[in-house]
Amino acid sequence: MDPMNDPRLEMLRQAMSRRGFLGATGAVGAAAALAACGTGSKGGSSSSSGSAAASSGNAAPVATPSDKSDSDKSLVWANWTLYLDYDEEKKVYPSLVAFEEKTGIKVEYKEDIEDNATFYGKVSGQLGNGQDIGYDLVTPTDWMAGRWIRQGFAAPIDEANVPNKANILDTLNNVGFDPGRKYSLTWQSGFSGLVWNKEKLPNGLKSVNDLWAPELKGKVVVLSEMRDTIGLIMMSQGVRIDGPFTNDQFNAALAVLQQQVDSGQIKQVKGNSYKEDLINGQAYAAIGWSGDIFQINAENGDKWGFALPDTDGVLWSDNLLIPATSTHKKNAEELMNYYYQPEVAAIVAAYVNYICPVKGAKEAMAKIDPKLAASEFIFPTDATLAKTQVFRPLTPKEEQEYSEAFGKVIQG
Amino acid sequence: MSIAAALGDVQRDNLQGSPQPQRRGHFVPYLLMLPGLLWLGVFFVVPLVTLFMMSLQTAVPGGEIGEYEQTFHFANYVDVLTDPSYYTPLFRSFIYAACATVLALLIGYPLAYFIAFKSGRFRNLFLIMVIAPFFVSFILRTIAWRQILADEGPVVAAMKWAGFFSDGIGGIYPSAIAVVLGLTYNFLPFMTLPIYASLERVDPKLVEAAGDLYAPGFTGFRKVTLPLSMPGVVAGTLLTFIPATGDYVNAALLGNSKNTMIGNRIDYAFLNTNDYPTAAVLSFVLMACILAVVLVYVRRVGTEDLL
Repeated sequence: MDPMNDPRLEMLRQAMSRRGFLGATGAVGAAAALAACGTGSKGGSSSSSGSAAASSGNAAPVATPSDKSDSDKSLVWANWTLYLDYDEEKKVYPSLVAFEEKTGIKVEYKEDIEDNATFYGKVSGQLGNGQDIGYDLVTPTDWMAGRWIRQGFAAPIDEANVPNKANILDTLNNVGFDPGRKYSLTWQSGFSGLVWNKEKLPNGLKSVNDLWAPELKGKVVVLSEMRDTIGLIMMSQGVRIDGPFTNDQFNAALAVLQQQVDSGQIKQVKGNSYKEDLINGQAYAAIGWSGDIFQINAENGDKWGFALPDTDGVLWSDNLLIPATSTHKKNAEELMNYYYQPEVAAIVAAYVNYICPVKGAKEAMAKIDPKLAASEFIFPTDATLAKTQVFRPLTPKEEQEYSEAFGKVIQG
Repeated sequence: MSIAAALGDVQRDNLQGSPQPQRRGHFVPYLLMLPGLLWLGVFFVVPLVTLFMMSLQTAVPGGEIGEYEQTFHFANYVDVLTDPSYYTPLFRSFIYAACATVLALLIGYPLAYFIAFKSGRFRNLFLIMVIAPFFVSFILRTIAWRQILADEGPVVAAMKWAGFFSDGIGGIYPSAIAVVLGLTYNFLPFMTLPIYASLERVDPKLVEAAGDLYAPGFTGFRKVTLPLSMPGVVAGTLLTFIPATGDYVNAALLGNSKNTMIGNRIDYAFLNTNDYPTAAVLSFVLMACILAVVLVYVRRVGTEDLL
């Protein structure tokens, strides 16, 4: 539910982080806007023509528009909140400003992604019809990036424009959903794990089951990203989420979620805006994303802790992807190339505290901040990575069934 | 026959009595209706037909997520109507909307009465104050309610001070109360303004006359003012109840998994699971339920006599 608006209300700011706020409004606004224009989605008349062709592999069914990059030096980038270095004083993104100055390309940076499914729901209808979605660069998570590529919604990257593509970590270069990275480049990777308020819970949280402690009743918020929340619960039940788990195992985890929602233990199930609940004291504990915690600590005082649960955390990546309908493809490629310079990647990583996908960034980071260069959350060692699992790809049928079942729980 | 209706008759008689060029009279009504008909056709009928067609589609076997084909599968309706997981949100929608409508009436009627009869030269100022919230996006205003009702916000603090909550864990947001408060707040102007419009037309002489006929104070209000304001009350309640039932923003922003309304389920089906047929079916079911409730309401209140 993403929705709109760009106000900076000082009054509201004190109680919630700027970006958590924008993220929340963005989600609902977009949904409202979509609801307002009714049935402009893919299920309509287009379903038999455009999107049916989309299922037949990677062949782009979406007509490629002509690239206006040379005449129109601009691009629009949809990203998640707390995902780019930000100067609180000047209210600008320093690395982005440097890019604009260097290339003359004006970037409209929008924190429009509240969660993967909602964002996809918002733009897929237009993509299926080959219409411009207003974004030239988007940042979906692996499984969703896979869906975009499969459906022909992503434009292939012209390697000549992105020589720094070679800097991607070897482990990320050959992913199942995009072998050889023809369409996508990792933006950041990160962990989903346990978050707690250190003042309220001085002992911290060690396992997923700690979230269900009686003293946390009504003070827990979990993510509306199914793979993160259900993934952590499944692993806490001894199931490997990177392996061929069964429907029963999925449902067993879902039953735990249902029980905790019903009992009121979990107060909210939220997307990106879960941070707001932590900041304003609505929640003391959460299932959350690693980098976020560093950032809300930096902005609101060092109040929160993050840990991978004893039964492993979820490892995921978000990916830069150019929509097939983009009319500023070359500009977007230039931006990809820019952020794949180790020095620039280090600047971003120093701020967002997510796993940096760029080779050489660790060395670049050592020059900025040696302490961060040793951070397990930015440059994890193999030992840390061994404590994480990647949610296995789901077939469209599984995806539909699981997300429907998940929806019934979180949308009671 | 109500006074309004009587006035209508008088006016009609006058019109018929006056010599009118017949031919022009034929076309003018149609011309006047044209913009409205076009609007309804393009933005109501066409989407409705599209939505209905969508509600009969089924998933393409082995296809992608969100890929559907037309199979005129009417069983989609059976599937939804027999799925108990939709009953609670649907039921909730009507309860929340009804509570919000009653609350809005309890707040809006005295407010409209005050503005119409007691505000004197400040009348316009008060009217602007009723409309003023519209100058800010309603999403923003609803999010502001989160802060007001948050566990560590002013309302809960005041209630704890007054002893309503123990110091332990407990609060108003997210909860059903927060959702109903949000709905009430967001739709209050839609209740107040029509009532104000009816009250403002009430001739004070009629109330005076009621006083002369030994119906002072409250009796006069009950026998004269209230009946004359009923068209506004009916319009206000409909303008509040109907959109409130289908609303999902308040539940999304002020509720949690236990306060979802049917609009949230439709939203989730459309945007998250991309299950367009189910979302379309739910939309029609909701429409039918609202229509039934409104019909019963209008029948009981008997609006033909009022409007």
